[in-house]
Amino acid sequence: MTVHNLYLFDRNGVCLHYSEWHRKKQAGIPKEEYKLMYGMLFSIRSFVSKMSPLDMKDGFLAFQTSRYKLHYYETPTGIKVVMNTDLGVGPIRDVLHHIYSALYVELVVKNPLCPLGQTVQSELFRSRLDSYVRSLPFFSARAG
Amino acid sequence: MAIFSVYVVNKAGGLIYQLDSYAPRAEAEKTFSYPLDLLLKLHDERVLVAFGQRYSIRVGHAVLAINGMDVNGRYTADGKEVLEYLGNPANYPVSIRFGRPRLTSNEKLMLASMFHSLFAIGSQLSPEQGSSGIEMLETDTFKLHCYQTLTEMPIRCELFDQNLKLALEVAEKAGTFGPGS
Repeated sequence: MTVHNLYLFDRNGVCLHYSEWHRKKQAGIPKEEYKLMYGMLFSIRSFVSKMSPLDMKDGFLAFQTSRYKLHYYETPTGIKVVMNTDLGVGPIRDVLHHIYSALYVELVVKNPLCPLGQTVQSELFRSRLDSYVRSLPFFSARAG
Repeated sequence: MAIFSVYVVNKAGGLIYQLDSYAPRAEAEKTFSYPLDLLLKLHDERVLVAFGQRYSIRVGHAVLAINGMDVNGRYTADGKEVLEYLGNPANYPVSIRFGRPRLTSNEKLMLASMFHSLFAIGSQLSPEQGSSGIEMLETDTFKLHCYQTLTEMPIRCELFDQNLKLALEVAEKAGTFGPGS
């Protein structure tokens, strides 16, 4: 069981942060990939809101393919936390919420020296996020 | 377990079959007096609630019926404009039924094509080699399962490719289809 990578987007589609731990396949130029990822998520949200038979509260949660699972968490302010893991991982909404509230809000939003609306430069945020993800029960240092 | 609907999409992204099997629809019918506390707006040929959600009427719900008679998009059953009808105090008190809008055939076609693209992008953005497209998508109200058959792949015929290349080479040498002809 493992975590492949993590994206953090703001409400305008700006990629605030990207980290990877186990990744076998690159999807081309990183900047293009962020836009593609954001665009796909935007379209999935729109798709799901039309398709849903009942009124939704949390909306789109996750999808999986034959090789990976993408977990999604969005805050009311439009911050999107996206984590790709392998298929053995169950619902991790609380993990993504923790990344938002205890890491992003505490270390970036509440930091007067961190400008919002652009890629996070804070080394503290990057290293705390890395330690947190590595400490997760479903993260194993060896992929697979 | 309830299956809500089935969609069959061909390899070009077009919807070729659709079935609605079970649709739990959250609907609310209430009697209102003038003026209406809800803000209604016209969107995609439907009258939707834009603001003022209360009781079980949510933003995004459509006007489904007025005084028990189903509306026809933006028009009432007898052909009047819904927004105009509801703007006239003489028509009150009025009973309006609100609910999630049902998908038109056109919208179903568009959603099927949309999913077709999303399925492909899901495979493209994979951090692992050899991923398929989206096989399962989960929300808090429904799960979507997708199965891709083998006949999606274009049929490859080697003999056709070889003979075509030969034919082109022959034609080029004979000067019939070369540049400058």
